Amino acid sequence: MSRPMADSHRRFLQTMMSNGIISASQAEALHKHCCETHGAHYVADRLDDFINVINAQLQPLFMYIRKGMSEENGLEYYALVNMTETDITRMASDYADNELELFRKTMDLIVDSESGSASSTDILNSADSLRTKKLKKKETEHVLNKFVQDKWLNEKDGEYTLSVRCVVEMEQYMRTIYPDLIKVCHVCHNIALQCQMCENPACGIKVHLPCAARYFRARSDPHCPSCNDFWPHEIPEMQRFQSQSSQNLPSSSRENTAPTTSRRSRRS
Amino acid sequence: MSQRKKSVSASQNKTQRRSQASLNEDEEASFSQVSSSQVQRARENFTSDQIDRKVAEVVQFILIKDQKKMPIRRADIVKHVIKDYKLLYTDIINRVCRTFEQVFGLKLVETDPKNHIYILINKLDPIQGEPVSMRSVNPKKGLLFVILSVIFMKGGVIKENLVWNSLKKLRVDPGEKHDEFGDVKKVVTDEFVRQKYLEYVKIPHTEPVEYEFRWGLRSEKEVSKLKMLEFVGELFEQDPQSWTQQFREASTVDSSSQRTSS
Ligand SMILES: [Zn+2]
Ligand SMILES: [Zn+2]
Repeated sequence: MSRPMADSHRRFLQTMMSNGIISASQAEALHKHCCETHGAHYVADRLDDFINVINAQLQPLFMYIRKGMSEENGLEYYALVNMTETDITRMASDYADNELELFRKTMDLIVDSESGSASSTDILNSADSLRTKKLKKKETEHVLNKFVQDKWLNEKDGEYTLSVRCVVEMEQYMRTIYPDLIKVCHVCHNIALQCQMCENPACGIKVHLPCAARYFRARSDPHCPSCNDFWPHEIPEMQRFQSQSSQNLPSSSRENTAPTTSRRSRRS
Repeated sequence: MSQRKKSVSASQNKTQRRSQASLNEDEEASFSQVSSSQVQRARENFTSDQIDRKVAEVVQFILIKDQKKMPIRRADIVKHVIKDYKLLYTDIINRVCRTFEQVFGLKLVETDPKNHIYILINKLDPIQGEPVSMRSVNPKKGLLFVILSVIFMKGGVIKENLVWNSLKKLRVDPGEKHDEFGDVKKVVTDEFVRQKYLEYVKIPHTEPVEYEFRWGLRSEKEVSKLKMLEFVGELFEQDPQSWTQQFREASTVDSSSQRTSS
């Protein structure tokens, strides 16, 4: 029953493969570009239909293009996800064993933290206990930089968080490895790391900051969407996050929306 | 073109080839001795779900190798992925090829029929001005494009010195470490050659030894000569048709079957 793919779809997929992740506004521009390049019929707000055609063909290959939201700016992204990987092998082709171990340790720290972030000091300390091959302080910093450049981590003032790409592509892995630590956002049902939490111990639901901004927008007296207890956190301003449906607005935030060099271009 | 290629690779690495020969024969034998009844029995041994799964695994294996620009060898595919399904190799690889063409717009091409090495080639034409970069915004591609155009404009094969001199004019000195490319000479003679963008071959009977460059197989398949000619034309503000010979070659190659899009 699935509709066949045309060259417009193939070009879209190729671009996804070389970029790993693209923002929703980039995806929209790319959709238009691919349709126009190959003389295909283009309908502006049918991006998800267009992607579904690709996903139908990717499914037997255990891959698909998935939408995710950045925990930091609330913007939507599309990433190519591999379902066969139960480990972080997605990264295996680009990093050495000890670099991968460092990534796992960083992820441990972030998932285990309340803030959904890990300080560079903590990561550097954990690098001392690498079993594969020790990394010097300078090397560790260099590798962390590479993780940020390749869009697996975000960094702000020495605090590292998992990027939207990482959360989208490694959701399966994270759910397997941290079954008790991983909670989902009560509003959008995606993995929640950087978020607010209900303080009712019997409830304790989590809500992403952009989701909280949206959810509590019009409420002067915010209550937990699950247990109805008072919501004790400061409600983030919507303006902090560009509106969800923002189209073709270049993001000014530090989240990686720019098409930086892809994994393809990494050389030793 | 293919004629020339054969003679070039034949003259290359004779000793290396000899040592590989016995290994290849073993592998070759295990492939050629498969009878059709064996294949038939193997087909019955596996469910279609199992075969689907194998096809997916081979596709992923090849994608990763391609991403790292590492050689894609039949021997590795068999050893790491196909394993017990070896009798069905042809069945599986045919479906893998179809998947690459239909889903990804890529073509799996055997570049070395003796050692069974493949590369993935893009079937879609490169397009300028993509809203999101296709296949990475790699400055090395620019370097490659310049070299390919120099080779092309000089008739398809040039001595290496000519390439280095052309690059020097663009302030890329192969003798110095470049900010963007690092070791330029290594990128050109090793990386581009490994990726099949360029051929870099010793000229026979030269003392001291001299090398020459040609287009590699990946370039032949992926780079549009007509577009390259337009680019060079723009650069020198000349009508591409004024280079009669190149223009003729470019138009015949581009209109021939290699760029069939479905
Ligand atoms: Zn949420
Ligand atoms: Zn609650």
